[in-house]
Amino acid sequence: MTVLLATLLKVLVIFGCLISAAGISTLAERKISAWIQLRRGPNRVGPFGLLQPLADGIKFMFKEEFVPPGKSRFLFILAPALAAVPAMMSVAVIPFTGRIAEIDGTPILGSVADLDMGAIFIMAVSGLGVYGIILGGWASNSKYPLLGGLRAAAQMISYELSMILIILAIVAMSGTLNLREIADAQNDHTLLGFLPAWNVFLQPLAFVLFVICTFAETNRHPFDFAECESELVGGFHTEYSSMKFALFFIGEYCAMIVMACLTTTLFLGGASVPFWAEAPWFIGLGSFVFKAAAFMFLFIWVRWSLPRFRYDQLMALGWKVFLPLAITNIFITGLVLAL
Amino acid sequence: MATEHKPSITFHPEPRNLPGGEREYMMDVSTSDLEVNMGPQHPATHGVMKILIRTDGELVTAAQPHLGFLHRCAEKIGENVEWLQYLPYTDRYDYLASMNNNLGYSMAVEKLLDVEIPQRAVMLRMICVELNRIASALVAFGTYGLDLGAITPFLYAFREREWLLMIFEKICGARLTYSYLRIGGVFNDAPPGWLEEVSHFCDVFEEKWQEYYDLLMVNHIFVKRTADIGVITKEQALDFGLTGPMLRGSGVDFDLRRDVPYLRYKEAYDAGAWKVPVGSGEKGTVGDCWDRIFVRVQEMMESLSLVRWCLENIEEGPIIGDIAKTLKVPPGEAYVGIENPRGELGHYAVSDGGKVAVRCRVRGPSFCNLAILEDIMPGTLLGDAVAIIGSTDVVIGETDR
Repeated sequence: MTVLLATLLKVLVIFGCLISAAGISTLAERKISAWIQLRRGPNRVGPFGLLQPLADGIKFMFKEEFVPPGKSRFLFILAPALAAVPAMMSVAVIPFTGRIAEIDGTPILGSVADLDMGAIFIMAVSGLGVYGIILGGWASNSKYPLLGGLRAAAQMISYELSMILIILAIVAMSGTLNLREIADAQNDHTLLGFLPAWNVFLQPLAFVLFVICTFAETNRHPFDFAECESELVGGFHTEYSSMKFALFFIGEYCAMIVMACLTTTLFLGGASVPFWAEAPWFIGLGSFVFKAAAFMFLFIWVRWSLPRFRYDQLMALGWKVFLPLAITNIFITGLVLAL
Repeated sequence: MATEHKPSITFHPEPRNLPGGEREYMMDVSTSDLEVNMGPQHPATHGVMKILIRTDGELVTAAQPHLGFLHRCAEKIGENVEWLQYLPYTDRYDYLASMNNNLGYSMAVEKLLDVEIPQRAVMLRMICVELNRIASALVAFGTYGLDLGAITPFLYAFREREWLLMIFEKICGARLTYSYLRIGGVFNDAPPGWLEEVSHFCDVFEEKWQEYYDLLMVNHIFVKRTADIGVITKEQALDFGLTGPMLRGSGVDFDLRRDVPYLRYKEAYDAGAWKVPVGSGEKGTVGDCWDRIFVRVQEMMESLSLVRWCLENIEEGPIIGDIAKTLKVPPGEAYVGIENPRGELGHYAVSDGGKVAVRCRVRGPSFCNLAILEDIMPGTLLGDAVAIIGSTDVVIGETDR
């Protein structure tokens, strides 16, 4: 019973934190972009503009709802939910920290669900997110969203493939699909006596490929072809307004957060702190948040610095560069493991 | 409602025998192209222009610019107001290069009047026109980055542009529509310290220019997006009557400032104060989008050294010639073409000796340069279409006038 309550508490806390983190990310995005671009950023609502996400949320609630005529009204409303829910679901298997406590002999772990096939679960669920974008693009009954939806479909498929192959190499090294065990496997020894045995040092190629793939997977600049404001106006969400638009937005940021967490888990040793193996769980949590935040910063930094690829260049990059490299990486990993 | 594009599928009942002995079953799938209106409100058109694009998926099969959303009868107004009164209207067609427009119109009228311009006025004109050219190129560079998804260079470019606008504000009181160059000279002498500030700007801008170059021009993705895209060959450029950076981007070494000299450009050129940058195909083919935009970026530096030359050679003296308040222009006709940041801006004025022009014709460079879109857009991708439109650097106020 107590275990059930603890799990319920974890669900609430992690879900609440994820949604707030998405809000904070939007603020961070605006602040950091302002610093990059010699501007000040939001600074009117609350101290240093900290309440800006709240104000944005309230604004979205009161905006006019618009549903374009024709096509399916049901699918039009379903699409934003389909985009946001998978991102929120996949956070369930992320091990945010180590063992928190032990109740009646049952350990309370740092993730909502300690699935044995967490890696597969996260790929399967986050892959669902693209349906929301395709449906939204199609149900908008408009030309630019349609093009945006089609682009998203093609892009996600090509990058998910490389991404899974990269994860496979990590899985092969750790010998488990459980994300917590993958994270722990990186912390039981050191490299050359001083480096923690994180996968980022063991698999540098996979790390670089994976980070780039996460950009494509989350529809993030420089691969944001589904929205691509200079070509497709707003892409798949051109016709969306009000809270439905906000849901796409939250979904995008949640997906970014999940990908940042996943990268941390797979490549940066999860919640571990270097040279402090016995760190208490809250220190581990802080370490995890810090690493994930660094990736979020990378997401934002890249967006405001680089031009956008062309759509076919992105596809060529995915199929002709990333896929062969990912396969080669698996072969090398297998070879090294076999020896 | 969306255009109907139902695929019609018909099966040919009879299989066809191929030379290799195989049998091919034919299935005839036909889809109709999607017509997309890019504009009049679209982020890539830089104003209220519409480009009707026919796409086959991502592939552009036809493109047609539609103009006229911003038509304000500028030429007709020119035939109805007095000579001096028309000057503020010239500000409004190419609103990013108002100084240049003022100069073109003033020179056409001065040609009819046969009036002598004081030397100080000539130098002030050159300084303002060249600074305006830099300000205009900054917008072209910044918005081109925006078109390709790089948002930050735009704000960097506007940091320097803001300073330039302040400099203009100090000399004529306006930030965009200056009406500073008047028939016979300029409106106002440089206030104390103005020339020193311009000189300071030149020093600072030189460093910032390197920043633009590093940030965007040689960025790998930017080069991938622009090199070998939208190539205009030398012959095509000449056939379409392109002028300005569009023409020079295609490798044609022609600049009105040097080849049909006016003001003291020729003198400055002979003194080695500036060069004419020409597209060289450094990153791809000669005449691609990268060449065109790089010509503009290089021109900023050339304009800068021209300004420096002017600052060295400027002398004290009167700033406006002997011009009557109510101007009566001797009968005759005059055409003057000047090098606007976008190409040849021609003014053709006909007078019958009265207070009002009989004919006031403007040859706008953006308008003439736009025609080539129809030729170079088909066969490119939707993303390229944006890159090509951006590289023509049209100002809609001037295509429509």
